[in-house]
Amino acid sequence: MAAGKKRSPVPERLPVPRTCKLYIKGAFVRPAAGRTLQCGSSRKERGGFVARIAHASRKDFASAVTAARQAFGPWAHRSAFNRSQILFRMAEMVDHRRAALEAGLRTAAGLTAKGAAEEVSVAADRLFWYAGWADKYSQVLGGANPVAAPFLNITIPEPLGVVSVFASTRSPLVGLVSAVAPVILSGNTAVVMVEGPAPTLAVDFAEVVAVSDVPAGVVNILTGPREDILPHAAAHMDVDGVAFFGGTVEEAKALEEASAGNLKRVHLFDDPEMGAWREDDMQSLYWIQPFLEWKTTWHPKGW
Amino acid sequence: MDSSEASGPELLFGHLWDYSPAAESPDSVAVADRYGHFINGKFVEGENHFPCVNPATGETLFEAASADRKMVNRAVKAARIAYERHWQGLRPVERGKYLYRIGRLIQERAGELSLLETLDSGRPIRESRSFGLPLVAAHFLHHAGWADKIEYAFPGKTASSLGVVAGVVPGDFPLLRAAWKIAPALAAGNTVVLKASEAAPLVVMGLAGIFEEANLPPGVVNILNGAEETGRILTTHRDADLVAFTGSAESGKQVRRSLAGTGKRLTLELGSKGIHILFEDAALDQAVDAVAAGVFPGSRLLVQESILASVVQKLKVRMATLRVGDPLDANTDVGPLSSREHLDRTGALVEAACDEGATLHQADCALPERGYYFRPAFVTEVAQASPVAREEIPGPVLTLLTFRTPAEAVARANNTCHGLTAGIWSNKGSRVLEVADQLRAGVVWGNTVDRFDPLSPFGGYRESGSGREGGLHGIRSCLEVR
Repeated sequence: MAAGKKRSPVPERLPVPRTCKLYIKGAFVRPAAGRTLQCGSSRKERGGFVARIAHASRKDFASAVTAARQAFGPWAHRSAFNRSQILFRMAEMVDHRRAALEAGLRTAAGLTAKGAAEEVSVAADRLFWYAGWADKYSQVLGGANPVAAPFLNITIPEPLGVVSVFASTRSPLVGLVSAVAPVILSGNTAVVMVEGPAPTLAVDFAEVVAVSDVPAGVVNILTGPREDILPHAAAHMDVDGVAFFGGTVEEAKALEEASAGNLKRVHLFDDPEMGAWREDDMQSLYWIQPFLEWKTTWHPKGW
Repeated sequence: MDSSEASGPELLFGHLWDYSPAAESPDSVAVADRYGHFINGKFVEGENHFPCVNPATGETLFEAASADRKMVNRAVKAARIAYERHWQGLRPVERGKYLYRIGRLIQERAGELSLLETLDSGRPIRESRSFGLPLVAAHFLHHAGWADKIEYAFPGKTASSLGVVAGVVPGDFPLLRAAWKIAPALAAGNTVVLKASEAAPLVVMGLAGIFEEANLPPGVVNILNGAEETGRILTTHRDADLVAFTGSAESGKQVRRSLAGTGKRLTLELGSKGIHILFEDAALDQAVDAVAAGVFPGSRLLVQESILASVVQKLKVRMATLRVGDPLDANTDVGPLSSREHLDRTGALVEAACDEGATLHQADCALPERGYYFRPAFVTEVAQASPVAREEIPGPVLTLLTFRTPAEAVARANNTCHGLTAGIWSNKGSRVLEVADQLRAGVVWGNTVDRFDPLSPFGGYRESGSGREGGLHGIRSCLEVR
C-alpha cells in the first residue's frame, strides 16, 4: 500500500462466511426461535467479532431428543466393531481438518499456534483411544457369573438410551470430544449442549460428525446458554441420562432434583482448565460406565 | 380347539390324595412381646411401639418400637465411631472372617430364622427354608471372600470404603434384602445402619442376634425398627455416606430428591411388575408349572395367541392343585398376604379389572377361617392399560395378555417405564437370545424363573432403580473408585 493513498473500504474479495447452525438429526438447522448470539474473540481483529452462533431453545432440545430417541435402537444394535470403526473415522476427520480447527481455536478461543496444534492432536488421539473401547468395554466390565446351579448366567452392559451432555465450558475441542465419545461408543445417542468458550468449535465438531458415517440423530449438537436448557433436560421424560460438566452446586442440585422424575442416571464431572483436559487422566473406561445398564440373563443348562 | 384336548387328560385329585398336616411348631422359636433396636452391639429398648401381626391369623404377634430422630442419631453415631475406630482400619482378611462367621451362624440357625420369617411375613416355610435362608447364608459367605480382594476388582483404579451406609429394606423377603444391603457394605469396609421393615421386622431382629453371637464389633451393624418416618430420618441423615434403599418407585424418587445436591451416593431397588413371555414353541407344562409356582405373585404372562386356550386350561389345572393355607405347613404352596392392606388392594384391583370386562379364573379351594388369604387367580381378556396389567399386585394374581409376533411381544414388554425382571419361554435358542437382547430389564430369565445367586447382579433398568445388588457389580456401589 503506497504511503498517503487511502485504503479502500471495499475489499478485493468479500469472504463467504459460514452460518453457524444447530446440528439435529444429521442436518444443520436454524434455531426454532430464530435467535442468535454474538460469539466474541479475545483478539482485536474484526473488532473482536468472530461469528453469530445459534441460540438453542427448549424446542430445539425437544427436537434433538426425538431425533436421538429414533436413532437409539439402530445405533445400539449395530455391531460394536462397526461403532468402533465410526469413532476411528471421527479421529481421522479431526486430524484431517487440523488446519481449519487450529485456525478456529486461534481466532475464537485465542489459543497460540502451539496450543491450538496440541488441542487438535489431543482431540484426535482421544477419539482414537475411545474408538478402540467400543468393542472391548463389554468384556472388561461384564462377563459370565459362575452361579451355584446348572445355569448359564451372564452380565452384560447395555447403553442407557438418550443422554443429554452439557459439555465443558473451558475446553473448546478436547472437552467436547471427551464428553461425547464415551457416551456414544456403547450405543447411547447424545444431545450435546455447548456454551463457550468458543462455540464455533462445536459447529466444527458437528461437521466432523457429519462426514464420519455417524448415523443421523446419534450426535446432536446445540449451542447457546446452558441455563436455558438445563431445567428442560433434567425434567424431560425421554432423556435417560445426563452428563454434566462443571457448573455450580445450585445447578447440580436442581438437576438431581428434577431428574428424579424418571430416575435419570446423572453423572457430574469436573471441568478443569484447558491444559488439564489434555492429560491422560481425563480419559477413562470409568467415563463409559455411568451411561450403562447391566443386564443379567439366566438360562438352564442340561441334556 | 377344545381346551381339554389341548392339555390332554387331567388328573382328578379330589380329596383322595389330601396331605396330612405337616406344620412346623411355632413354639420352637421364642418371640418376645416387644422389640426395640440393635445399636452399638446391644439390644436397646425403644418407644412408640406398634403392633406386628401374624398374617396367617390376623393376631398381634409382638410389638416393635419406632425409632425417632434421637434414636437414629444414636445408631448413626455408633456406626460412625465403629467405622473410624474398628472397621475401616481392620485388616481386610479379618473383615472377611467376620462375614464368614456370620454366614456359618446363619446356616446353623437357618431353621430358627426361617420360622421367624414365616411367622412374621406369612411366606410359606418351604420357601423361606429352602429358598430364602440358603441364599442369605450364601450372600455372606460369598462376600467374605471379597473383603480382601477389592484391589483386584477395578483395573487401573483404587477403591476405598465410603463410611456409613444407611439401608432401608421392605417386608418382602426381609432377611434376603437385609443381607443384600449388609454383606457387600461390610466387605467393602463400611458400617451399616439398617431400618427393618415395619411389615416384617422379626427375622431382621433375629439377624441382629446372629451379629451379637458372631461378636461383630459394636456399632458395625445397627438395626432400627420403625415405619416410613424413621426411614425418612435415616435416609436424610447428614452423616450417612451411602443410602441403599429398597421400596416403592414413588418413595425411591422421594429419597433421590431429598439427596439432591448432597453429593451422597444412592442405590435404589424399586418395584416393578415382571413380565413373562410364553412362545408357542415353549415346553408348556414346564413353563406353566414354573409360572404357577414362582410367577404367580403379581406378574404378567404374555402368551402367544395360538396357545392361549391350552395355557388357560393348563393354568386352571395347576392352580387347582396349589395348596393354600398355613404357611408353617411344609406342604403349603401359597400362604397369606403380608397384611390386611395388601389383601384389600389385591381384591380391589381384581374387582376393578372384572368391572372393565376381564374374566377371572380363581381356584375354589377352602381358605383358613382367619388370616389374610386370597385364592390364587388369573385374569384374562385384560386391557393393556388396565391397572391390573400395569400395577404391582401384592397377591397371587397373574394377568394374562396375548401377542402374535415376537416383535409385538418385545414391544409390549418394553412399553413401560420400569424394567426389573422379565422371562422368556421358548425352545428355540436363537429366539431366547434375541428376545433377551431386546428386553429392557435388569434380570432376564430364559426358560426359568425366580433364580437368584449372590454373584448374579440384581437390579432394574429405568424407573426400577439404579445400581445392582450381588457380585462385582453390587460391591462397586459400596465403594469409592478413584
